[in-house]
Amino acid sequence: MSARRVLLRTFGILVVLVVVLGGFIACSLHHVVTLPPEPAAPPGARELLTAPIDDSVADARQVRRGQYLVRVGDCLSCHQVAGGQPFAGGLGLNTPFGVIYSANITPDRNTGIGAWTPDQFYHAMHDGIGIHDEHLYPAFPYPWFTHVDRQDIDAIFAFLKTLPAVASTPPPNQLPFPINIRASVAGWNLLFLDKTPFAPDPQQSAEWNRGAEIVNGLGHCGACHTPKNALGAEKRRLPFYGGVIEAHFAPDLTENQRSGLGDWTIDDIAAYLRDGRNAHANAGGLMADVITFSTSLLSDEDRHAIATYLKSLPERTATAAASAEAAAMKRGAQIYADTCSACHLSDGKGQPGFFPPLRRDAVAQQSDPTGFAHIVLAGSRSGPALSRPSALTMPSFAWKLTDQEIADVLTYVRNSWGNQAGAVDSAAVHKLRERLKLQTEHLTDNSSDRE
Amino acid sequence: MATTLKSVDAVVVGFGWTGAILAQQLCDAGLNVLALERGPWRDTPTDFAPTFAQDELRYMWRHHLFQNVTYGTITVRNNATQEALPMRHLGSFLLGTGVGSGGVHWNGQIWRFLPSDFLARSHNEQRYGKRFTEGLAVQDWGITYEELEPHYDAFEKLCGTSGKAGNLRGTIQPGGNPFEGARSSEYPTPPMQQTYGPTLFGEAAAKLGYHPFPHPSGNLSQPYVNPLGAQLGKCTYCGFCEKFGCGNYSKASPQTTVLPYLMTKPNFTLKTGYEVLRIELTPDRKHATGVTCVNSAGEEFFQPAELVILSAYVLHNVHLLLLSGIGKPYDPQTGEGLVGKNYAYQTMSSVHAFFDDKLLNPFVGAGALATVIDDFNGDNFDHSKLDFIGGGYIAGMITGGRPIEMIYTPEGTPAWGMQWKHAAAKNYLRSFGLSVHGASMSTPGNYLDLDPTYRDVHGRPMLRLTFDFSDNDHRMSDYITERAAEVARAMNPREIKIERRKGSWDVTKYQTTHNTGGAIMGSSPHDSVVNKYLQSWDVANVFSMGSGAFPQQAGYNPTGTVAALAYHSAHAIITQYLKSPGPLVAA
Repeated sequence: MSARRVLLRTFGILVVLVVVLGGFIACSLHHVVTLPPEPAAPPGARELLTAPIDDSVADARQVRRGQYLVRVGDCLSCHQVAGGQPFAGGLGLNTPFGVIYSANITPDRNTGIGAWTPDQFYHAMHDGIGIHDEHLYPAFPYPWFTHVDRQDIDAIFAFLKTLPAVASTPPPNQLPFPINIRASVAGWNLLFLDKTPFAPDPQQSAEWNRGAEIVNGLGHCGACHTPKNALGAEKRRLPFYGGVIEAHFAPDLTENQRSGLGDWTIDDIAAYLRDGRNAHANAGGLMADVITFSTSLLSDEDRHAIATYLKSLPERTATAAASAEAAAMKRGAQIYADTCSACHLSDGKGQPGFFPPLRRDAVAQQSDPTGFAHIVLAGSRSGPALSRPSALTMPSFAWKLTDQEIADVLTYVRNSWGNQAGAVDSAAVHKLRERLKLQTEHLTDNSSDRE
Repeated sequence: MATTLKSVDAVVVGFGWTGAILAQQLCDAGLNVLALERGPWRDTPTDFAPTFAQDELRYMWRHHLFQNVTYGTITVRNNATQEALPMRHLGSFLLGTGVGSGGVHWNGQIWRFLPSDFLARSHNEQRYGKRFTEGLAVQDWGITYEELEPHYDAFEKLCGTSGKAGNLRGTIQPGGNPFEGARSSEYPTPPMQQTYGPTLFGEAAAKLGYHPFPHPSGNLSQPYVNPLGAQLGKCTYCGFCEKFGCGNYSKASPQTTVLPYLMTKPNFTLKTGYEVLRIELTPDRKHATGVTCVNSAGEEFFQPAELVILSAYVLHNVHLLLLSGIGKPYDPQTGEGLVGKNYAYQTMSSVHAFFDDKLLNPFVGAGALATVIDDFNGDNFDHSKLDFIGGGYIAGMITGGRPIEMIYTPEGTPAWGMQWKHAAAKNYLRSFGLSVHGASMSTPGNYLDLDPTYRDVHGRPMLRLTFDFSDNDHRMSDYITERAAEVARAMNPREIKIERRKGSWDVTKYQTTHNTGGAIMGSSPHDSVVNKYLQSWDVANVFSMGSGAFPQQAGYNPTGTVAALAYHSAHAIITQYLKSPGPLVAA
């Protein structure tokens, strides 16, 4: 390493330290963050991704390729808000550091990318640098896009330029000092940005390599499914071990039988990506939009390639689960029978492909119960796919169950029918309830049995 | 002054079952379809989530899903000598509103009519002579069971209907209804699991030589993916179907079966809070130019359209035809005119059996959870020594054990007080109901027209309903109710209580929401409002869906036939009308 690089790296660490401190201060000051509404499809959004590109369009082949790559990259999930115009951005991403709003990527000259050149677009995608030489925050997943080759990025740009222009400026980011100074990202990039282009592994099949290219590149799966360090960067030693994102839990994608995809076949994964549901699970939370605007619109070959690559991931080392207290299990069993068994059935087998089984369920058995608690508190909606358009929805139980009841039923499911995971504490449920700003339980006159 | 909106290929007026089916079919044919629904948007997780769906007070008694009669209602009377008065509270039938409408709060009872039902006049006169149809206004439908069969099949597959075929391509199947018309395929899902009461009923009926079979059901026995990719789940037998929305995606409805698919179509638009006031016609009154509608803010719009699909409830469709001046209104004095003619209903009665030694657990129920005999429906039995036509099915049925509506007490129990409480407590778990679902034959005196006195919130004359049960239907109902009582006695209860259909029609007490006729179909413009494709004889680009097309009501729940007629109509629009717009049947 040259002396210059060492210097730069040291400077980078300093900047990063300041950033971290700032982040902690911000958190301790109860930086008020409101969760955005669940992004829902504005009319016409999916049509933009699937409408046939006419031969009369300039560079039709390149534009078609770009349209497909925009599906691979799941651009729409972040670059729209509920009720807003597709690709006009404005969605607030709740990072641990503050709220960062997605950009308008329609070809509007003043507020979108209408005035950009292909070089500028490439610079943003590949290096995380905007047209004014400003650093983009890595909430925009350029650490993954950097592996995408120039031709593909040009194709994406060509497609975006064909979209209807929408004049719309996203709200300013809500970031504390000094993270609000974009130069701070330079240090982050020095530490974490690895621009190594994707190189196929000659030992593996072409299909595996295609899967690896999507998952680690444009598909940016690790952005949610790999745990993050205190600076919001991937923990590279724990690839696809699962991560918390916006109070959802993106499950472990490794071969682990309990918490990962160990029980799933390649076809199971491909079916999940196509339909948003399979015999093991339904895609809810943030994954719902990934299904609707990305994976359900890919080719069968690409879905199979993604599945092939994921099935090759090394198993996450098992974590020992503490055994649950008998009293909590008993209380949880009663709540389960009353409120859950109608859909998920009393033996936890569910109605595979429709209402997910809870027996051997990965979300239930994650070491971090946040995602599971989120589903019971706020409810969950399965992402509709063209092949399975029903947005099957589990209702919110926040108004109906107390923190203790939710903790007990979670503990019960996490430790029934062969499931094994740590007991859930009512304080954790309470904290999440506050964070999600959900209604507290509705106490009635005959609720004296409650705390 | 109404604002003129952008023209569409087809405007669908009302978004219940027929609106959903027509919108789906026409969208798939490439048409730009706009559906206008006067009521609100409704979806499962928001409006009837399983955390609160089973609320009898809210949905049943406070009419949460039904038409608000302070905003619009109808006037009713039993005969022309009376003055019709507005219904201030829904009773005998419950009018729907909102997305999905009656398709949300129905029981899910999915029937096909018998082949002979479509030949109500010619078949009965041929077999029994003209004496049997004297004084009745019954007519043939102008369509045959065989023509409708593929469309019945389509609807059963859309819903994932749970049942057992009784006649598969002409071969009688054990366990099914041996009287039904030949069907091209088995039901898409197996029958619901019959609980104790329906099982006892089936055993008793079989002992008497009848042919019990499981009720065909839109509450599903197992998870199902329909041809549109939409999904339904296994019914939980919670006993909250009729008057309620299903929180578990287990009951077939426009929401569970069609809407998810339609929402993926860029050429489909649904506007809620838009009520259609009338259909606009060209000066020669032979062609519709579109509809005038009003939104919830009271703003008026003219919506131009190439095709107008009336898919509101039967009473509202007939109302719109009358208000728009399409066809000639029926006049019972002169017998002239056709719009409003042949209104019919359903002749309901029941028998309750009370046991000492058996627990029937009525709270384990579902809208179509029943064992049924069809031995006394339509012309499945010899009427020659009887003095009526038509019939009905007898169902040993548990739709639920809802605490306010469904507590049954034996004969002689006071209606309130300590004795009632004791009887209710003693019998709640030990009673079982047999329902007799009888036909309703049309008569010249039962009809729909515009009320001369009362007007709705938009200043339009209200629809006036004139109806009473005919002597034919009283005799039919009495005969079959007696057969039901025999089956009930064969179940060996402590006692039974027979609720005959007595006296005149009473608008206050719930019977069933099976209103039919008023825009009847037929083979000639001289005796019908629409042709076999539900196309107006008078205005060729107006199609009127629903049970308004029934010339009389058979002894079955109407939805299966309503849907089959809708598919049949859609098929004709797509394959014939769009290629050559104009009358599909020469007048």
